[in-house]
Amino acid sequence: MKELKIFGIVAVFTLVLYWGVEPFAHSQMHKHVEGDNFQYSDLKPVAAKGDAAKGEALAAACVGCHSINAKNMPAPMDAVASAQAYGVNPPDLSLAGKMLDDKFFVHFLLNPAEVTKSKHFAMPPSAGSEQDAADIVAYFKSIAPKEATPKEAYEFACGRCHANRYDKWTQIGDVPKTKSNIKTGVDLAALDFKKNLGVYQNKLADYMGKLPPDLSIIIRARNEHFLHTLIENPQSQLPGTAMPRVGLTKEGTEEVMAYLEKTGDPSKEARGQVGPWVLAFFFIFTFLAYGWKKAMWKGHH
Amino acid sequence: MAHFDENAKPFSHKWMNERLAVDTLKRVLSTEYWIPKNINFLWAMGMVLAATFGVLLISGIFLLMYYQPNVNLAFDSVNYTIMSEVGYGWLWRHIHGVGASIVFLIIYIHMFTGIYYGSYKRGRELIWLSGMLLFVLFSAEAFSGYMLPWGQMSYWAGMVITNLFSGGGLHADFLVEWIRGDYVPGQAFLNRFFMLHVLLVPLAIIGVIVLHFGTLRIPHVNNQDGEEFDFEEAAEQYKAGNVKESKVIPFNPVFLSKDVFVMGIYFILFFYLVFYHFEFAMDPVNFDPADPLKTPAHIYPEWYFLWSYEILRPFSTNVGLIAFAIAQVIFFTLPFLDRSPNVAPASRRGLFKYWFWALLIDMIVLTFMGKLPPEGAWSTIGLIAALTFMALWIALPIITAKEKKL
Repeated sequence: MKELKIFGIVAVFTLVLYWGVEPFAHSQMHKHVEGDNFQYSDLKPVAAKGDAAKGEALAAACVGCHSINAKNMPAPMDAVASAQAYGVNPPDLSLAGKMLDDKFFVHFLLNPAEVTKSKHFAMPPSAGSEQDAADIVAYFKSIAPKEATPKEAYEFACGRCHANRYDKWTQIGDVPKTKSNIKTGVDLAALDFKKNLGVYQNKLADYMGKLPPDLSIIIRARNEHFLHTLIENPQSQLPGTAMPRVGLTKEGTEEVMAYLEKTGDPSKEARGQVGPWVLAFFFIFTFLAYGWKKAMWKGHH
Repeated sequence: MAHFDENAKPFSHKWMNERLAVDTLKRVLSTEYWIPKNINFLWAMGMVLAATFGVLLISGIFLLMYYQPNVNLAFDSVNYTIMSEVGYGWLWRHIHGVGASIVFLIIYIHMFTGIYYGSYKRGRELIWLSGMLLFVLFSAEAFSGYMLPWGQMSYWAGMVITNLFSGGGLHADFLVEWIRGDYVPGQAFLNRFFMLHVLLVPLAIIGVIVLHFGTLRIPHVNNQDGEEFDFEEAAEQYKAGNVKESKVIPFNPVFLSKDVFVMGIYFILFFYLVFYHFEFAMDPVNFDPADPLKTPAHIYPEWYFLWSYEILRPFSTNVGLIAFAIAQVIFFTLPFLDRSPNVAPASRRGLFKYWFWALLIDMIVLTFMGKLPPEGAWSTIGLIAALTFMALWIALPIITAKEKKL
């Protein structure tokens, strides 16, 4: 009984210590930012009903800068040339109708700089009226695939500014598999890719103020709440940041998070599988050790 | 030359005995290594520490196979190669990370057990001193290991801690540069800390662990009542079969069975943390790669150094450095500052009882304040707690000298 009391005292002090240096300290060091649960409540509700057929005609203007791979419409310029023209490579729009919040998307087409809270946003206003914008959104919703992989979601939402080196993803796409010349040991294709990436990154850094960070392991460096609220409204977590508000839906954000988790915390599944076995082993071990102790101490008191 | 039986078969019991004295070794080190009967599970912390050190050593060796001590490669070798490409690399890393943190919790429990029961007094001073030496070595080991992933906090903690060697007003910047091998932490710095972490400090730790065990042998382990008795007499009684009346038990198998049971419970907690709660031992800031151009918003050490960090922080540079230096060595002086004649649990020792709990709570308060940003009320609480810490050590010889012999 006395030992249990001592154990209780040790446990209480340990838990108080833990509470102070972990949950309490972290709650004090990082101000809490209330999320909006992806409602984009600062934007006015959209009254206009969109018409996909009318939207298709209006969206023809988009391919002046963007590709729409779902409709086999290629981009007029490659990523590096686009970055030289605009500072950043415009995204492929196949997924736009799935990833973006409808209300955000409509307001975005009307006034990109204001809605993204990014003063120098590369895209100009692209719809004449709320009705036009609603039609374009309806069109993109009609062509968007039912499912997007986490990587596609990441590529659409983050991947033209943020690399993910643990997945060999760069701002201009996957690192290609190349081979060095067997006689010289030089891999010219890899050097070419590096050079293109370098040109792109320099342009991007000029456009954003600095090169946006690699997100390979961001899932461990920031907590989930931080990332959710940052994606929803970058200014809420990093006032003054050049990162635009991209207007993802809650589901779109979950897809992006799934990708970040895959690259930054790849052992999650394995932990769940191995953990119970190891713990079961030590439970049995402790049970047997208790029996041994009982037997050894018999007659000692 | 001793006598050797020519007929003994190689590696038979007799053959081994003649060459290695295995029976004598076993007797001296285990079956007739006498332990007082009246001790609780807190005395198993020594074995728990030894086991944790073993776990750290083994997991460390596995990590060492893939870690790259290079400022450009270190971060990804830890966070990508070991975590993704090496089979079960994540498990070794989590074991190593959790072990490095939890080992300090056990060390502190072990230390405070010693303080509570007066196990550093009269005849046991060297146990305490060698134990404190181990604490310092473990601190060096933990700090040098924290540098290796070359994350943001690694880098800036390295910057802040090595800056302490400039001696504040002394401006001994040459000393800081000498330690770093550069003006700022860089490749030379990483190489040095890598060597310290994987070779020199572990080697010293192993040596001092042996010394620590050795210091126990003659004064013997203290007990729950601080009772002094004749170990040889008690041992004779035990060997004669009076196990119930005897005050001692053999380490092996009787006390060992309890050690192993306590270790079982400990490892349940340990592996729960490894699989389900490792993040407590890995600061998120350290998952950002080191960036010499960007200071983290808050720089703080790992939790086990927070109390001494907070003794440094609330004062002006020079006063803080002196206070910090005192905090690092003051525990060594405990056996000499405690002037009471009693070896007894704190609960039976007059004012020392309050001193013990005041010290424990003060160190917890210092730990909390060490992590919080030094602003407003927290700065004040931190300053009061740091002054209290100093006052407690000044008061110790005075209050213990007044203690009556029990």
